[in-house]
Amino acid sequence: MNDVWYRFSRNKLAVFGLVVIGLYLVCALGARWIAPYDPYEMRVESVLREPGAEHWLGADPFGRDMFSRIVHGSRISLRVGLIAVSIALSAGTVLGMLAGYFGRWIDGLLSRVVDVMFSFPDILLALVIMAILGPSTTNVMIAIGIVYTPIFARIARGSVLSVKNAMFVEAARAIGVGHFMIMFRHILPNILAPLIIQTTLSFAFAILAEAALSFLGLGVEPDAPSWGIMLNEGKNWMEHGWWVAVFPGVAITLAVLSFNVVGDGLRDALDPKLRGRGD
Amino acid sequence: MNDQNTILRVEDLRVRFRTRRGDVRAVDGVNLELNRGEILGLVGESGCGKSVTAQAVMRLIGDGRGEEVSGRVELDGEDLLQKSEKEMTKLRGRRISMIFQDPMTSLNPVYTVGNQIAEVPLLHEKVTRRDAYARAVGMLETVGIPSPKERARRFPHEFSGGMRQRSVIAMSLCCKPEVLIADEPTTALDVTIQAQILDLLQDLRRDFGTAIILITHDLGVVAEVCDRVAIMYAGGIVEQAPAGELFRKPRHPYTQGLLASLPKIGDRGILKAIEGRPPDLMNLPEGCRFAPRCPHAFGKCSEYPPLERVAEEHDAACWLEKKHE
Repeated sequence: MNDVWYRFSRNKLAVFGLVVIGLYLVCALGARWIAPYDPYEMRVESVLREPGAEHWLGADPFGRDMFSRIVHGSRISLRVGLIAVSIALSAGTVLGMLAGYFGRWIDGLLSRVVDVMFSFPDILLALVIMAILGPSTTNVMIAIGIVYTPIFARIARGSVLSVKNAMFVEAARAIGVGHFMIMFRHILPNILAPLIIQTTLSFAFAILAEAALSFLGLGVEPDAPSWGIMLNEGKNWMEHGWWVAVFPGVAITLAVLSFNVVGDGLRDALDPKLRGRGD
Repeated sequence: MNDQNTILRVEDLRVRFRTRRGDVRAVDGVNLELNRGEILGLVGESGCGKSVTAQAVMRLIGDGRGEEVSGRVELDGEDLLQKSEKEMTKLRGRRISMIFQDPMTSLNPVYTVGNQIAEVPLLHEKVTRRDAYARAVGMLETVGIPSPKERARRFPHEFSGGMRQRSVIAMSLCCKPEVLIADEPTTALDVTIQAQILDLLQDLRRDFGTAIILITHDLGVVAEVCDRVAIMYAGGIVEQAPAGELFRKPRHPYTQGLLASLPKIGDRGILKAIEGRPPDLMNLPEGCRFAPRCPHAFGKCSEYPPLERVAEEHDAACWLEKKHE
């Protein structure tokens, strides 16, 4: 564990990413105290106010404080990211492990389903699911969770295949450990590294996907301070107030970038052999 | 040998692997008896079916996937091949256990050695985690690991090969099984450690009363620890006898060849090898499988020779025995 932290800490960019994620986390948890204004409060006198002392990041066409909205937006982004990735991680890992461990028709069936899901572009698949479920924060999480399940399933399956023939698995069977105990107690801890890495990377995708869906009007409730919705509203006012679109965009970019560099840093730290290999 | 004394009886065990090119008859009619508290050596060259026999006995193979296992494997009178996977899971580790060739990979790298050993009693007995762990530490001491309390907290990669094999043995014997199958337990270790592990197995056999099937291709190992020896060739047992008797009076030409091929100290000549190669398990010869390589082969060898008693406690599967009568 100390080794991992040491290798991670030598990657300056990854540490920077971790700090940024930490800041977002603080914003999300303490939004109520950090945000100087109510994110929903419209003030006529502040309409399209430029960034300055009163409104640090300016105000939008409805006179709402941009900084407060972005701080509150981090709550939505991180929550959607956390829950969507949790759904994808748990469902994908279980399905992938079942396919990899039992093989035969279970593998055939699950792998084909995963292949089919992979053949759709991510955002298109999420859009279809959202169109079926209808826009709401819960449904965004479910949709993004479903879209990213195949990635985890494929990683879990591949990792299980490389571990399941290890001698210690056969040795575990020889002392009377059942199949499910072997899968979850003996194999799972050995394949955690690639799953953890994919989890951080997926966080970035999930935040991006939420923003994209919200931007397209198929995401969270329309009045919620989601970065995607703010970006969508802001794009119409670019000529009058660049800050309305730019700051939500920066917030998204920074979050996605941070999760990506942390994911890369973790990959190098957890498994130096994977260094330099793509996704 | 009366039945009371036999703990494991293998009758006409056959294992086939279905492949695209045809059936591989990896084990073809193996008969074995293991007495309580006995060490039986199962000897043969690579690919003769020793390990597959062991895996079939443990039921580690034989659940579909193109494997077909038939025959009987009786543990204390109960046929293991008829048991459900669930029943087998309860049996493995408690009444019959197995250790493997490579101690480097037989332990799960993510758990401490103590926790791994403690898993066995936790699986099979109603014990608390604390008691199980205490048992694990006790077992580590029994298998001769110094300062076991401290070592139990270590991970497998912090152990040497010999210590790992000791830990694996501790794990497999934690619930005092009646039968232990040791599949080449010393092959991956260097010679001094080999001797220590063999001594350990003998001590444990004495203390725990565990009967051991020791699978090996090393006749030196057999001579050192085994009470009886079964020689395997191309999926079948060709000779079976008490160890001393086998080394003094080998009956089967294959056994004779094996013994003749052992290098002797001071003998600087070329090693004697058995001419030819073992038969293709996909199309075994009709009669005696060793006949094509046998220097004494004659007409009768085109028929399959059954394993028959040739002397007291000494069985061989060879027509030569009958030829002299």
